[in-house]
Amino acid sequence: MTEQPTQAAGMTIVPAGAEPAPRGPAAAPAPKMKTESLSVYYSAFRAVAEVTLPMQDRKITAIIGPSGCGKSTLLRSLNRMNDLVSGSHIEGKVTLDGEDLYAPGVDVVDVRRRIGMVFQRPNPFPKTIYENVAFGPRLYGRISKSEMDDIVERSLRRAALWDEVKDKLKQSGMALSGGQQQRLCIARAVAVEPEVVLMDEPCSALDPVATIKIEELMQELKKEYTIVIVTHNMQQAARVSDFTAMMMMRPDRAGEMIEFSETQTIFTKPKDKRTEDYVSGRFG
Amino acid sequence: MASISTGKGLRTARPISARVTLNQRIGRALQHGDIPYKGIIVLAALSVIGLMVGVGVMLWIASSVTRNSDGLGFITATEWNPVSDLFGAMPFIAGTISTSILALVIAIPLGLGVAIFLAELCPPRIRAPLGFLVELLAAIPSVVYGAWGIFVFIPTVVKPVGEFLLNTFGDKSHGIFIPLFEGPFFGASYLAAGLILAVMIVPTITAISRDVLLAVPKAQREGAYGLGSTQWETIWQVVLPYALSGILGAVILGLGRALGETMAVTMVIGNVAQLSTSILSPGYTMASVIANEWGESRTPAYSSALIEIGLMLFFMSLLLNLLARLLVWSVSRRNPDQRV
Repeated sequence: MTEQPTQAAGMTIVPAGAEPAPRGPAAAPAPKMKTESLSVYYSAFRAVAEVTLPMQDRKITAIIGPSGCGKSTLLRSLNRMNDLVSGSHIEGKVTLDGEDLYAPGVDVVDVRRRIGMVFQRPNPFPKTIYENVAFGPRLYGRISKSEMDDIVERSLRRAALWDEVKDKLKQSGMALSGGQQQRLCIARAVAVEPEVVLMDEPCSALDPVATIKIEELMQELKKEYTIVIVTHNMQQAARVSDFTAMMMMRPDRAGEMIEFSETQTIFTKPKDKRTEDYVSGRFG
Repeated sequence: MASISTGKGLRTARPISARVTLNQRIGRALQHGDIPYKGIIVLAALSVIGLMVGVGVMLWIASSVTRNSDGLGFITATEWNPVSDLFGAMPFIAGTISTSILALVIAIPLGLGVAIFLAELCPPRIRAPLGFLVELLAAIPSVVYGAWGIFVFIPTVVKPVGEFLLNTFGDKSHGIFIPLFEGPFFGASYLAAGLILAVMIVPTITAISRDVLLAVPKAQREGAYGLGSTQWETIWQVVLPYALSGILGAVILGLGRALGETMAVTMVIGNVAQLSTSILSPGYTMASVIANEWGESRTPAYSSALIEIGLMLFFMSLLLNLLARLLVWSVSRRNPDQRV
């Protein structure tokens, strides 16, 4: 990933290893995704207040914070999953490559195809392993058997699951272990070639060994995808992410972002006292 | 260490098994109701088996006259003429099966459609009242359905539908001729019975399917939406397959009701013991012949014949439920996540 072209599709992408002069979010290249003073409402209740969060291409952005601070709500507004909740609406903007995802005329199905999602609890469909991965691609038109075989194999390889399941593709995805199920869900998500993968506490239902596997997998995935992860686990955020957003609940119960920076900065010299308390385990 | 704080020996350390005499054990079991409770429960469970066997044995014994004289011929014979002691059950078996199939063909898409609407598409505000109405439909006595069938449903729905089928497919001289829709047609018919049965089992299928659909985990829907599925794709490719075994259960309960339904059917089917290839001709069903002719069955053979029909209905339901179990089991085995 070090030999990346500096010019691509009219957008400047700076190689990870060779960032020029002043470091820090202010000097970062144009983000892949961005929220601009985004507020999310459930009917009259404001769950997220004015969050401005850039998410860099091929980086892992972690959103951390105590329970109920709106992390998941923020994440689910990025691919418009909150649309499924009746009464929810947003103010502000969410952009992908500068394109407003909530603009009128935007096809929400298309948004979710470009921005995939992995959920807290593994939720494979009660279908075979093969059919689980093929589910997404099948939605987008006829694909020949051999082509689909390729897609399934490639996706399972990307999710580091191929070697474990290649001999039992016809077995139910629900018969796998929890960690395998979650990797199957990741394979299912990447099978449709999204640009961004959102992960909502992907390891909270998994044991430590499975967690490590998913974390290693995320390092592989970020070579190709922009990843945004919500996590309760601060060590996890510190281990895997490049950037970290710290969220906190305000007195009016709306979640706000109190600090955003490179992960290292957040965990070593946070600017906000509350962030320091939280990451050092004194609160939260 | 003797005792802890104010326990006065209550909490004194002692071996668990010691000091509990047999009498004490019995006393405790009775005090907590374990033995009486267990006894009552086992009795209740046994009574189910007892009822089942009892009904079967009674039907078997009471139908001995025709079973001994006609044997298996009773099932295949098509002539039903009690006056000349001719008892063939085929017209009733055919009537029961054909009206039930007809009812299912109409009620499955309709009932499932309503269930999908209620569970997936309906605004939450009208879900409860609409669901309540559906359940109310299931509570209407069947004789009311029968009367409604005669006075409203046959003239306004069955007649036009039947006449359309008759004119389109039932004429040998022109167009496509399908014997299924051959005339003459007077209203009372297999079609009328099948349609009224469909109306009667739609609420059953709807109410249960709706509950099954609502029980499909949100995570399944989110998984599908998250991959860019439309609502339609989510329902058809994720929610329905997930709920399949439960929906099958709903259909089977509906079928059970259709097979055994007596009153409404007998009021609209015409009660003619004949075999016909046309669903537009009048017929008879197993349940309705028992209800209609029991009172006039003067000879032992006549009574025995009616009871034997009952015996067959009993075994048919038994077999159907067995098949249904197998079906549900084989479907749910594919989805280890579901328990039936």
